[in-house]
Amino acid sequence: MVIKIKQADYEAIAAHARSALPKEACGLIAGRDEGDTRVIEKVYLLTNADQSREHFSIDPKEQLAAIKDMRKDGLNPLGNFHSHPETPARPSEEDIRLALDAKASYLILSLAENSPVLKAFSIEKGAVISVPLEVG
Amino acid sequence: MKLTVSGNVKEYAGGLTVRKLLELEQVETPEYVTVSVNDEFIPTGDFDTAALSDGDSVEFLYFMGGGR
Repeated sequence: MVIKIKQADYEAIAAHARSALPKEACGLIAGRDEGDTRVIEKVYLLTNADQSREHFSIDPKEQLAAIKDMRKDGLNPLGNFHSHPETPARPSEEDIRLALDAKASYLILSLAENSPVLKAFSIEKGAVISVPLEVG
Repeated sequence: MKLTVSGNVKEYAGGLTVRKLLELEQVETPEYVTVSVNDEFIPTGDFDTAALSDGDSVEFLYFMGGGR
């Protein structure tokens, strides 16, 4: 599988993550699957209900509103994203344990270096698979 | 009775609770699922008693979270 995300959506995620510093930021991704390509059509910049530097959870009220918006636009929920303010873009043990949907894509944006690093993963029963991500 | 579940209208027998609907829909890891009925969130402790009525709109929201 390959995941495609528009440059503007990538930049929106990065800006959302920077604005949340030093806390983690999070949100949802929506779009469609075209064969073996997952196309992100829309990103939802949501509130980290944990308001934490080390944890995130998506506010259920905002999650519900986003799901309804996706449905209205004919988009499918594809997964979520969150930021790692100080650590690399790879799933932590907690990320893996709480990855409940094997069909979801999990995007992680690291702000640990000078430039943001966005990576995508699928996680099934504790197994992490890195998924190629195309920005543009 | 008719319920709208995750945007899809379906027919169910009457007398359903949220817990029973979770079972019928084979929702995995229900302990990590938030349920809304007509946009009102149902406390997890009320799943066994929260009764559903004809025309209700139900959403299952999987917990999404993690940490570094």
